[in-house]
This record gives sequence, C-alpha cells and structure tokens, in this order.
Amino acid sequence: MSDTALRTTPLTAWHRDHGARMVPFAGFEMPVQYEGVLAEHAACRDRVGLFDITHMGEIEVRGPGAGAWLDGLVANRVAKSTPGKIVYTPMCREDGGVLDDMLIYRLDEETWLVVCNASNHDKITAWLEDRLPPTGVAMEDQSDTTALIAVQGPDSRELLERLSELAGRADQVAALDFYTCFTLDGPHGRWVVSRTGYTGEHGYELYLPADAALPVWEELVAAGEDLGVAPIGLAARDTLRFEVCYCLYGHELAEDVSPLEAGIGWAVKLKKEAFTGREALVAQKRDGVPRRLVGLEIEGRAIARQDAPVLAGDREVGRVTSGTFGPTLKRPLALALVAADTPDGDLAVDVRGKRVPCRQVAIPFLPARTKGDPRAARTLSE
Amino acid sequence: MVPDDRKYTQEHEWVQMDGDVGTIGVTEFAAGELGDVVFVELPDPGGEFSQGDTVGTIESVKAVADLYLPVSGEIVEINEAVVDSPELVNGAPMDDGWLVKVRLGDQKELDQLMDAAAYNDLLGG
Repeated sequence: MSDTALRTTPLTAWHRDHGARMVPFAGFEMPVQYEGVLAEHAACRDRVGLFDITHMGEIEVRGPGAGAWLDGLVANRVAKSTPGKIVYTPMCREDGGVLDDMLIYRLDEETWLVVCNASNHDKITAWLEDRLPPTGVAMEDQSDTTALIAVQGPDSRELLERLSELAGRADQVAALDFYTCFTLDGPHGRWVVSRTGYTGEHGYELYLPADAALPVWEELVAAGEDLGVAPIGLAARDTLRFEVCYCLYGHELAEDVSPLEAGIGWAVKLKKEAFTGREALVAQKRDGVPRRLVGLEIEGRAIARQDAPVLAGDREVGRVTSGTFGPTLKRPLALALVAADTPDGDLAVDVRGKRVPCRQVAIPFLPARTKGDPRAARTLSE
Repeated sequence: MVPDDRKYTQEHEWVQMDGDVGTIGVTEFAAGELGDVVFVELPDPGGEFSQGDTVGTIESVKAVADLYLPVSGEIVEINEAVVDSPELVNGAPMDDGWLVKVRLGDQKELDQLMDAAAYNDLLGG
C-alpha cells in the first residue's frame, strides 16, 4: 500500500505537530512514538497517558434479534449482558480458529457496539454481513465516523473528571466498574464512555463523533498538564499490553490458533447452546488442547522476538508470539505458543541462530490494576 | 549538518580517528530510528576483525540492529558504560555513547567511507 492510500484520524495533524514518528499500521498512518517508548510506557504506568486508537473498528448492531444473533457468532456470552455492560470475546471460525478478538458493548436493550481490531475490520464486517438475518437485525459500520481516545493510568479518573463535558457527571464516571460504560448526547453526537483499556492500568476509552476528537484531545492534554499527562504511541501501547499479557491479534491470536490455546478460554462459554466454532472447541477441550501460551524469562539481555523458535533440549516445541524488553519489569520476556507437553526445564529460545536459555514464568508477567486500587503495589511473577 | 570530524558509513555508523585508533559509534539518525536502546552486546577486547564483520548487536524495544565494523583491525577498548547504560546510545550517540575502539589494520579503508557532506546527502540534506 502506498503512503498516499493511508487513512488518517482527526488527530493525525496533532501527532505530527507534536513530534510523533508516524508509521503505517493496519491501513492507517498512526503515531508509533513521541518522546520515546520507555518514557511513554512509564507515563502510563505511573501517571496518565492518552492514546489515539481511532483505527479500531466500530460496528453498531441493533434490533430485536441483535443479541441472539451476536451470541451465535461469538464464543463468550453477550445476549445475557445488560445495558451498560461490556464483554470481551473471541469470534471464531467453524474450526475454532480465531477470526478476531473484540469488545461487545450493550448500549441499550436493542443496541450493541462491536469493537474489532483495525487489521481485521474488513474481514469482520464481511463476516457479519454474510450472516445477517433477513429481518430483526441491522448493522451499521461506524468506523469512519467514530474517533476513539483511550485515557489510561492511575490518574486517568482524575483527568477524565476534568473534561468539561463530564464535569457534571463525576458520579457517573466514579460509578463505572471495569467493563461497563455509559452514553451521553455530547457535542456532535453520541459519546460512549467506558472503563476499558489495553494497558493493564485503571483507564477509560472515549468513543466520540470524529468532529469532537480534536477538541477533547486538546482539552485532556491541557487539563492534565499538572498530572504529567503524555500522548502515547503504538510502541508503548504494545509494551504495556505485553507486560500484562493481553493477547494481540497477529501475535498470540490468529486464524490457526484456538482461544483455548491462547489462554482466553475464560471468554469461551462452551455451555452456550450454539456458536460458530463450538463443536471444534468442545472436541479440542475433550481431546486436549495441542498448544498453550506460556511466559518465558530470557537469560541475559537478548530479546527473543516474534517467531523465534522455542527449544526443549534439541526439539522445537513452539514459537515466540511476542517478545520484548519489559520496561516496567526491566528484563527481556516473551510469550510463546508451545506444545502442550513442553517440559518445564531445559528450555531455550533461538535468537537469530544463538541458543539462549530461558525459563517458564507465570503469566501475566505483571498483574493488571484495572480493578481496585489504581496504585496498588505490584510484585513480579515468578 | 553532521559533525565533520569523522567518517560515516551506509549503515549509519561513524569512525573518529585518534592516531591509529578509531572510535566507532552509531549516528544520531541510527539511534533515532532504533528507538530506546535496551541492550548492547559488544565484542571482547583483543579480537581481530575484518571490515564489514558483525561484532555486536544493538537491541531496542522494537528492533535489533547489527553492529558492523566499518574498518578492519583489533578491538582495543569497548565502552563499558554503554553496556551498563544502553540508553547512552540514544542520549549521546555521537560522543559518550560510542561503542568500540579499533586499532586500524589498514588506514586506506577510511577512504571508502563517507565524509560529513556525503553522509549528510545520504540523510537527504
């Protein structure tokens, strides 16, 4: 794809004006970093960060049959959620492979918002359109008209409450539990405010009409100056999610990986009567899951990156799905999809032809602080 | 404009001569492209290498780069400060963030490297 074909967000010019390095990502021109990945990562862990994640896809699904229809397409249970609730779920193929992982918001009795990865947006909209029933459900792709700003970090609530549009709604913001949302009729149209995120920190996401994005972003930057608010690029978004071991599509998740293998079996409700992929996943659970996602601590300081082979003795038992230096944990770590019978001992990773010893450690590497005290002390996994 | 007191390579490294010893590092541009450096692996002093040999690696959060020796010779010193504090590569790539010092085997190799003006052109002026 040529640069000219890249899509922008309402904040693209702001990013450029504020020193961001822009990169192509899922068809968008997005900021990968501003000040530097380590500083941005720390800003989110310690204070509060702002993320432009407008590239994400938003598909509204509504109608009397919407809940039941979605329930038949995704692995988690969504029809039983109540307005204001959000569910994380994989959407699978018939063979159980993951098409995408997504959030599904129940905005009111008959309105749902499906939030999918930018890289899978076209595939998911086509998948849904192909399965749309003749009556009872309507879907509308709102991705082009919706901006998405994430406000993440221990000071995120303090900052969000300073936003003029939410000043009179401090009680509502305070009352938001993890994975809940409220909507409001704000400037330029509907806003959705949710307590969600991809950093492992206490945080919020704001779905805004595109025209509202720049003024809100600028207001957050100005209002959060004393809090040390920082804009955060995709590079730190990745290291933040990596340390708390949230799956990233294209890394831990793919069409040839089942959600049971990737460690998100908690979001798969096999007791649900029917959903695409259920039979395959039931069989996989019965027969044994062939691979599992493990955490690896790499000896020394070399970094085992995606696709690095994992070795048990001389046998290749799997591949690294994500690997980097954990900025908060200050060591090289990796997530890997390995054979279920992989032994605990004598493990190594092949880092560009060099055998580097590693050991399995519990995941997540770093516990999330999405619930409870946003500044809770954290101990490292062993 | 980059400093004109040293030579540069296509791989965005620099060599600054003092007698027959060249100090080698990566340029500001390379450091910026890599992003935050978290690990630098350097060769043991005493080793003899040829021009173009891979003698180390520079890992950033997002990427890894090989360190190529721009000139043949013996490694006489490595920058232990950079091994302990890899962020020096980002903070001061052109001075305190130097990587290795090499006693050149053949000073004529320097003629193959770019001067500041040529490197500046490579960077797009």
